[in-house]
Parts: sequence; structure tokens; C-alpha cells
Amino acid sequence: MSRRLPESLKKIPHTYCPGCGHGIIHRLVAESLDELELREKTVAIAPVGCAVFGYHYWNFDTAEAAHGRPPAAATGIKRVLPDRIVITYQGDGDLAAIGGNEIIHAANRGENISVFFVNNACYGMTGGQMAPTTMFDQVTTTTPLGRTLEDGYPVKVCELLSVLEGVSYIERVAVNSPANIMKAKKAVKKALGYQARNRGFTLVEFLSMCPTGWKVSPEKSLEWIDERMLRIFPLGVYKDKG
Amino acid sequence: MKKLWKGNHALVEGALAGGLDAYFGYPITPQNEVPEYMSLRMKQEKRVFLQAESELASINMVFGAALTGKRAMTTSSSPGISLMQEGISYLVGCELPAVIVNVQRGGPGLGNIAGAQGDYFQSVKGGGHGDYRLITLTPFSVQEMYEMTRDSFDLAFKYRNPVLILADGVIGQMLEPADLPEKVPPRKEFPYSMDWILDGAAGRDSRFIRSLVMDEGGLEQHNYRLWDKFAKMEKEISWEEHGTEDADVILVGYGTSARINLDVYNSARKNGLKAGYFRLRTAFPFPSKRLSELSSRSGFLVTEMSMGQMVEDVRLAVSGRSDVEFYGRPAGGLPEEEKIYGILERMLK
Repeated sequence: MSRRLPESLKKIPHTYCPGCGHGIIHRLVAESLDELELREKTVAIAPVGCAVFGYHYWNFDTAEAAHGRPPAAATGIKRVLPDRIVITYQGDGDLAAIGGNEIIHAANRGENISVFFVNNACYGMTGGQMAPTTMFDQVTTTTPLGRTLEDGYPVKVCELLSVLEGVSYIERVAVNSPANIMKAKKAVKKALGYQARNRGFTLVEFLSMCPTGWKVSPEKSLEWIDERMLRIFPLGVYKDKG
Repeated sequence: MKKLWKGNHALVEGALAGGLDAYFGYPITPQNEVPEYMSLRMKQEKRVFLQAESELASINMVFGAALTGKRAMTTSSSPGISLMQEGISYLVGCELPAVIVNVQRGGPGLGNIAGAQGDYFQSVKGGGHGDYRLITLTPFSVQEMYEMTRDSFDLAFKYRNPVLILADGVIGQMLEPADLPEKVPPRKEFPYSMDWILDGAAGRDSRFIRSLVMDEGGLEQHNYRLWDKFAKMEKEISWEEHGTEDADVILVGYGTSARINLDVYNSARKNGLKAGYFRLRTAFPFPSKRLSELSSRSGFLVTEMSMGQMVEDVRLAVSGRSDVEFYGRPAGGLPEEEKIYGILERMLK
């Protein structure tokens, strides 16, 4: 990461919680768009969730879709403007719960969009309730005694989508260390590069810190990803058709 | 030259004539001819057709295409339109132009597949959440399926608001002669400002489009502004009337119920009864003023293919100044001419 603010970010401070991963991920997307010179061609869809205010920070065209529907809205944009770069930025509730159908079908159609999927294992915006990606025994405000089998298994989005023929590239990364952040940026650039070359559907899943939702300190939240999330959500490339 | 056309096919030709850029839809009876015929015609005209995975996806694909300033539409029938209500509310909140067609069928629930008019409340009172209105057009014939769909895009862009075409399964399925051009007419460009679209911030500041307005008082102001716009839509009020100058009772309907009323009106006049005929071409905005004027000398008999929805707007317009009676049948039943005639005769006594 350079010290200079990317052009793809507006010069205003974030209002995300201390230790939240969104600031890092916003910057990775912004730097990648700058470096690939795609900012002026980009139309983004923000989700319902913590990143609903993405357009406050992003200096590229952005709209906010209904909860879970960013892949459908992005499809509408891409079909009428196939030479633009269309991205969605979605949380785990938006993408894996309410928007499960839209993401599966957009991926299956090989829709030429890039999805940036932020998995922080809880619903941050609404106060830390259970997400589809909440892990067993994880305490949330709707699993006060920890998630159990009754709530179902944590949804593994990369694994689930990678079997679909229309998908060209899927990788799971984390943003809890400088080394992981560097890898995450490579994944973002790869996804955008694939889209620019009309390779089809791309998705990057970010394991991201939510100290507020997890009720741990920002420092502890970095370890929390290593200790708790990586076992369930292993990092790596799940599909790469080149 | 007039040819035999099906209502659902004529609507596709109307959309093409209106400059439709992209269609997104999901099959549902009784409007399946729309996506079927549209899939071929859009390919032939080199425009975008996509069969979506659900009505939720359809309306949000329309939302996406509308963000870019393209002319987008979806069509469905009652249960599918219910699924789209969230998306329609977002389109209004974001001030996006789009066209939605409801070829109504019987309800509630899965109901049946016969033509009905049970979705009037949903269409003109706001089927989704929040304070909003949709320009609602009510086609009466295959010709109007073509013309109203063609003209709906201009209205949608003029007001930056979705337009709903409230048809029904009878009009959709009906075959009748209609005069449609042989070739899709050249695209008409609209004179409206397009300085709001999202197509990449090249050589301009980046833009955003949203319906979440959290700043203090911001949403209230947004609603006042929307409401000013809805008030301006009054200019688009449209209706047709006959025999009202000396009518003692005026038959009021829209779409298929108005077609039945027209037959009753014609026989009543032939028999010397002082009947009038009034049909809505727009359900929102509603021709309240005209109905109010007419109420100084006439009573009204409202017929609908429902248990009585539009009749409430007639009663509001008439405001107790004259009698308003109602006859309707739900669930795909057609109001019977003899019954309407009987009520009319009784009212005229």
C-alpha cells in the first residue's frame, strides 16, 4: 500500500468501527482500480450492511441495491454496458443469506462482474447477530449460547460457488496481517483483470475483522481470524480458469 | 394496416417502439407470450434479453440497467408483481425510470391463471413500503397494449419514476385486429436531462444513487420532493367518456371491465336509457375532478373484476354527492352484461 490516497477514494475519514476490516478492503479495491486505470470505467453496487455507505468513500460511480440483490443489479448494468467494470461489494448476510439465489445464478451465468465478499462471521450493521458464516460455538446476539447445529452449518461461499461452470476465478484471502493484505490485493487485481479481459464471474472472499461484533479488542481480532476462522474458511484459490 | 394481434405480443412491439434497451423477466401465466416473443424480437433487434432466476432478480436487473439511463422493463402477473414490490419501492426511492407490466390474474395467493383486476390497490395505493406513487396505465384493447407500452418509457424518463401498465389476462391473451407498424419505428430520443446516470466517472465527478437517506431531516425533504413530482403527474390524467352530457347513470370501469360496460352502454342507449360510459386510461393519476364534475347530475355504476377496489376512488371523488353502486366478480369471473344492465335499469327508475 502506498501512503498516497488512491484517486478511487474520497478524502474523507471513515466512520467504520476501530479495527474494522472494511477500511483496508476499500483501500485495496481503490488502489487496484487506480493501478489498472479502471476507476473511470467502474460502476459499483454497495450492499445493505456496514458497507451500505460505500459511496461516501468511493470515488467512482456507485449505487446501493436492495438487501441481497447486488448481483442482479450488477447484471443489469453489465448487460447494457458490457465495456464497463462492474463490481459488487457485499457482506456475508447480503451475499450468503438473503442474496443466496442472486449470487448463485449470477455466478452460474458467468456474469462478467467482480464480487468482493466480506466475511466477518456476523451481522455488523444491525448489532452482531448470527450470519450464515457464523461458526459453531460463536456467540452472537442471536446465538447467545453459541451457534449450534440447530442453526445449520457455516456457509462456505468459495467452495459452494467454485463448482459452477460460469466462474472463472475465486479466492479466499484475509486482511489480518501485512502479508495477508498483500495477497489480498493481488487477488483483487486478478479479479478485476479477468473482468477487463471478459473472463467471466470472479469473486474474492475476505476474512475480515469485526472487533465490535466479536466483542474483542482490535488487536485480538487479528488473532481471532487465525485462531478461529482459518480452520473453517481455509485461504486459497478455489478456482482459476486463467 | 390492421392485423390480428395478441395483446401480449402487441405489448412487446410497443416496448420495441418505445426504444426498450433491455428486458428482464421470469415466466408466469398468463403473460408467458411476453418473454417468449420478447426473447426472439430482442435478439432480432440486437437488444438485451435475459431470463432471470426470479422476479426478485428481474426487478433488480431492471434497477441495474435503469441506473445507467437505459430503457429497461420487466413483465409479470400478480404473484410475480407481489415479489417485485420491494424493488419497485427502491426504483421510486432512487428516482429511476422503468416500465413494469402486470398482466393480472386471479388471487389472492397463487390464485388462478384467469384474467382479473384484483391488484388495483397494490398498483395505485403503493404495493411496496413507503410513501410513493406509480403512474398506472390501464390498457383496454390490443391496440392500447401497443400504444401505452410504447409511450410509457417517455413518461418514466420524464418523471424519473417507474410506470406500471396494469393489464389483465383477458387483454393479454385476447386476439383482435390492431394497427401496428410493419417495422420498429426509429428510436425517439427524450429531451430530459441525463446528468444523473451511472456509467463510469470519466471526465466528471463520481456519482451515487441511493434510497437510504439518514442525514437529519433529509428523508423528509426527499419525500416532499417526490410528492411534488407525484402532484405534477396530474397532467397525465387520461380517460374516455361517452354519453355523459345527459346521462343519469354512468358506467365506470377500466380494461376488460370497461369493454363489458361499453356493450351495456351501447344497448342501453339503443333502448333509450340515459346511460353514460366512462373508462380510466390512467388509474394513477386518477380522474377525480372529472368524476366530481359529473356527479352533479349523474349517479355511477362501477364494475370491476374484483370485489371492489377502484370503486373506492370513485366514491372519494364523488364524495357523497350522488349514488355510487358496485358490481364485480373476483378470481377471473367476468361481470355479466345482463346483470350490469339490470342494475342500470333499477338505478334509472
